Amino acid sequence: MDIKDVENLAELARIELSMDEKKAILKDMEGILAYVKTIERVKVEDITAKHELHNVWREDKIEPHEFSPEFLTGQFPAAQDGFLKVKKIL
Amino acid sequence: MIDLKNLTIEKAHQNLKKGVFTCQELVEEYLKVIKEKNKELNAYLEIYDDILEQVEKAQKEFTDGTAELLTGIPFALKDNILFEGHKVSAGSKILENYTASYNAFVVKELKKISAIIIGRTNMDEFAMGSSTETSAYGVSRNPYDTSRVPGGSSGGSAVAVAADMALVALGTETCGSVREPAAFCGLVGLKPTYGALSRNGVIAMGNSLDQVSPFGKNVRDVEIVFDLLSKHDSLDSTSVPNNLRKPKSEKTNQKIIGVPWHLFEKGVDPIIMDNFKQSIEKLKNSGYKIMNIELPFSKYSLEAYYIIMPAEVSTNLARFDGIRYGFSKEAKNLKEVYMQSRGKGFGKEARRRILLGTYVLSHGYYDAYYNKALKVRARIKAEIEKVFEEVNLIATPTVPVLPFKLGEKLDDPVAMYLCDIF
Repeated sequence: MDIKDVENLAELARIELSMDEKKAILKDMEGILAYVKTIERVKVEDITAKHELHNVWREDKIEPHEFSPEFLTGQFPAAQDGFLKVKKIL
Repeated sequence: MIDLKNLTIEKAHQNLKKGVFTCQELVEEYLKVIKEKNKELNAYLEIYDDILEQVEKAQKEFTDGTAELLTGIPFALKDNILFEGHKVSAGSKILENYTASYNAFVVKELKKISAIIIGRTNMDEFAMGSSTETSAYGVSRNPYDTSRVPGGSSGGSAVAVAADMALVALGTETCGSVREPAAFCGLVGLKPTYGALSRNGVIAMGNSLDQVSPFGKNVRDVEIVFDLLSKHDSLDSTSVPNNLRKPKSEKTNQKIIGVPWHLFEKGVDPIIMDNFKQSIEKLKNSGYKIMNIELPFSKYSLEAYYIIMPAEVSTNLARFDGIRYGFSKEAKNLKEVYMQSRGKGFGKEARRRILLGTYVLSHGYYDAYYNKALKVRARIKAEIEKVFEEVNLIATPTVPVLPFKLGEKLDDPVAMYLCDIF
């Protein structure tokens, strides 16, 4: 891993980092990856789970929930006429 | 003057019922301690301003004779559990101005029986840490030695109970975040089985691991809180349905405790090991049978954890983008708003884990890390299920190290992560 990899990850994760922060993260990541890497050596065959996981669904029926729209829109960093305001996308 | 040190839920309830003291007098005793100690210990980030209303409601239930065991009992709440109309920041700057818009399931249950929620407690940012040092709102200190950490991530809740600033508290645990601070502060901490308590309204860290977990000064207090909150919630799809909650019928009356001694060969402080062995002797003398068990895959549980958890973190924390709520940095275009809000809003450890999670989920590493970790996890699960055919309980030390000094492990993430090994 090098500083370029850290920059790519930060770009993917949408986190702005200074050069010092990138260097510090690179050092930390190297240490952590060296630790978790031992998992590569573990030999595991696929096993069939004893209890199968399954999705849990609810009936698709409308139930009233008390939410105040004003309360939610009041927490938008930017709003206009009750809408969430964002920067131009295109 | 109420003897807070020796107060239990049942004693408090009896006294409230008999009118030896009122709900208000009880809460005021705790507020007095908070006023005196919180500045130094930093257990609470905020004391709620509606305590008086909560107290009046609880007291009325005692007058009406409808009070239950936890009515009027003062709770501390970890800062990642939603309480409608109150601030909730998960120890992060990115949520410093956020107010909860609904109640978490566990808060709803506490309010139903009019428990009193005193305030929200300090925590590692988004519950990422083992020392409550990664909070954006300062460190919390261990009440027994203020130069040492209280453990984490639910450190504030642990300190609140240990220093008599609340009778009981709720924390959350993914891997060690309640049991470790409980051990560091001389308390009982219970991480319930996944699915026992609803995660609805809890700010997520690792969805496949998170559980709301109670703190108390003794086993009985923790049991009472657990019994109230352990029920099915249709709003959490991983909540265990009621028909599966019945305890399995006991095959024998004999209680067998399995001890995976091979997992403690390295890395456990000798003081802790001695203490653990003494505890095992005590259990033996009380009629339990101790059995050595082998858990070969469990040796890799922490490695698997530090792959699966950051993967879940990186997806969970994607929602904090400076757009819909929370901290937002003004910038020239949309991408810059994301980059800067997240860059400035998240602390060091949160950034570290988001990048780590992004890495293990990225093309080329997904199979080597994430997929492999899932396979190891499945093996660990299978071997534990198997061992439970022979034993009723498994015993391990809670933490491999003693409470460490503030700052001691902050720059060495792997050393910090090793606190979570059991």
